Amino acid sequence: MTEAVVIPMEHGLLLAGILFLIGLLGVLVRRNIILILMSLEIMLNACGLAFIVAGAHWGIADGQIMFMLILSIAAAEVSVGLGLLLQAHRRFGSLDIDQASRMKG
Amino acid sequence: MAEFTFLIPLLPLTGFLILFLTMGNLPKRLVAIVGVGSVGISALLVLFTAVEYLESRQAITATFYTWMNVGGFTPHVAFYIDGLTLTMMSVVTGVGLLIHVYSSLFMLDDDDYSRFFAYMNLFVAAMLLLVLADNLLLLFVGWEGVGLCSYLLVGFWHEDPANGAAARKAFIVTRVGDTAMALGLFLLFMHLGTLDIGPMTAAAIATWPDGSPTLTIACLLLLGGAVGKSAQLPLQTWLPDAMAGPTPVSALIHAATMVTAGVYLIARTHDLFLMSPIALHAVAIVGAVTLLMAAFTALTQRDIKRILAYSTISQIGYMFMALGVGAWASGIFHLMTHAFFKALLFLGAGAVVYSLHHEHDIFKMGGLRKRLPVAFWSFIIGSAALAALPLTSGFTSKDAILLAAYESDWYGPVFWGAGLLGALLTSIYSFRLVFIVFFGEVKTEPTEPAGWIMAGPLLALCLLAVTGGLIVIPVAEVFPTVTGTHHNQTIAIITPLVPIVGVFIAYLIYLRHSLDVSSLTNSSLGKVLTKFWFSHWAMDWLYDHLVVRPYERLAELNQKDIVDWIYNFIADVTWFLHDFSTQSQTGQMRTYAGVMLLGLVLMTGIALGVSIQ
Repeated sequence: MTEAVVIPMEHGLLLAGILFLIGLLGVLVRRNIILILMSLEIMLNACGLAFIVAGAHWGIADGQIMFMLILSIAAAEVSVGLGLLLQAHRRFGSLDIDQASRMKG
Repeated sequence: MAEFTFLIPLLPLTGFLILFLTMGNLPKRLVAIVGVGSVGISALLVLFTAVEYLESRQAITATFYTWMNVGGFTPHVAFYIDGLTLTMMSVVTGVGLLIHVYSSLFMLDDDDYSRFFAYMNLFVAAMLLLVLADNLLLLFVGWEGVGLCSYLLVGFWHEDPANGAAARKAFIVTRVGDTAMALGLFLLFMHLGTLDIGPMTAAAIATWPDGSPTLTIACLLLLGGAVGKSAQLPLQTWLPDAMAGPTPVSALIHAATMVTAGVYLIARTHDLFLMSPIALHAVAIVGAVTLLMAAFTALTQRDIKRILAYSTISQIGYMFMALGVGAWASGIFHLMTHAFFKALLFLGAGAVVYSLHHEHDIFKMGGLRKRLPVAFWSFIIGSAALAALPLTSGFTSKDAILLAAYESDWYGPVFWGAGLLGALLTSIYSFRLVFIVFFGEVKTEPTEPAGWIMAGPLLALCLLAVTGGLIVIPVAEVFPTVTGTHHNQTIAIITPLVPIVGVFIAYLIYLRHSLDVSSLTNSSLGKVLTKFWFSHWAMDWLYDHLVVRPYERLAELNQKDIVDWIYNFIADVTWFLHDFSTQSQTGQMRTYAGVMLLGLVLMTGIALGVSIQ
């Protein structure tokens, strides 16, 4: 029986943070709606990872439960997002998020 | 019977609603039946109530409905019936009915026949509510209703802008008085906690000592309301102009009933006035001054209806003087007899005007004695009663007022003298009118006299104007008895002689022409005085320069609406902020996300900084 490798919590949280930043950057710089959605997914999963890591550190199941919740929310979000995406494509003829700026004050 | 009293004002109100809602689509015959019938049934009910009251002599309070209940303020829709109410109700419905009957022929050629009767019915309903009300708030509702109807009826022929102006003048001038009255009601309620007349009087007696300043102010404010509605100094200017309305309106509103509302108000709250000698003296002074001013003015007028209008102001001055010297019952008695003979005179004037193609100038009339006998006799009897010649109703009431004035402790003989001079002038101007219009040569040929529907009410009023003095009004229980009825013999003889002298003077000047006054009126002082009196002591000029012109000047200055600047400034600032903040609405989703991120970082930073400290 090999000794279990313990990943320090800091490493896990750092990875989650890096993932979250990557996702955020994607949301901010990408103009394609599909890629924005994908970036959002990365952000959600980064959050999920942070929960898992924290749950493992404290040795309680709450972190995993929260991940299940995030997973289901992400699924719902994607379905809504894809619906919006289809509508955007139909209305503006492109997937460029900057085209959808008619709400400009 | 008490439970049916609500029908008394409700019937004319129903008449109004029927005529108003059908919007003139009923045939004229039906309009007349509804309009006259509603007042007629109401008059019958008043008669039954009167019979019942005279048997029991018990004042009745009938509560129908609690109007509202707010913080201890519970005005009821309740009627209070005593001798005073009954007298007023009888005058309103009785004289009102006769005038309605008369109008059904007088107004027959008018296109707005239905509208006319709708307003007349509403007026009677409002006036009945006023006199029946158990509390001052309900009285005020009737009071305002009467004011509204006055506006509607004075401006009845609204195609002519002059009539509209007269209606507005009547409305606005009386509104000044009404505001004073409303303030008086607020003051009374603030200190006494109720406006029900009985409890209010009791509370006033318990709260205030005699002559308390608060009570005096409240009474003077009530007097302000009365002065406005009853066309007394200084708010009397609206009444002569109000003659722009149809003649039956003048008879009903501006002679017989509405203008007596002020007299009624003071009589109804006489307990308050009795506790405040200053207010009571003010009532007497207002009455005496007004009666003289209006009498001098009536001497110089040319318009038949304006002469009668000024005589109305003058006669109500007598009523005020009577109230002011404590001769309450005589004042109310004069109110009733005045309603009889003034309605008679106005309806008689209506008959004259009707037959002369709406000619109002008395100097264009003449010799109508043989041509219009009914109108002639109406005028003879009406003028005799107005001048208080013996054996008429006017004599009984005016004589009582003058004798009571002489007995008054406070400058009694002065008031008696003023009243006597007024009586002399009254007989001169009323018989000046009679002699010029009905004697001499014919100047305008009249058409045939009006029919029996108009003559009937005239004859009934003739009868009342003569015999009205025999009626004993049941107000002995309402008012405190006047002490000291031992009349000075000389005074009691002089008083009735004065009007006869007046008639004789008028006879010498206007019929025999043996007394020439043209040299007197053509002298420079005479011309100025005539002009001054003709303009009613330049009251209109005074108000024009004191109120109307400055107001117009202010309005001119304020054409750009200075007050609006404040609001426009607020609006401009809001617009600026709006323009500024719309800059942030780029419509770019990515910008929003970026700004959100920035905000999040900032807030997290602050939160961390706070938690570290």
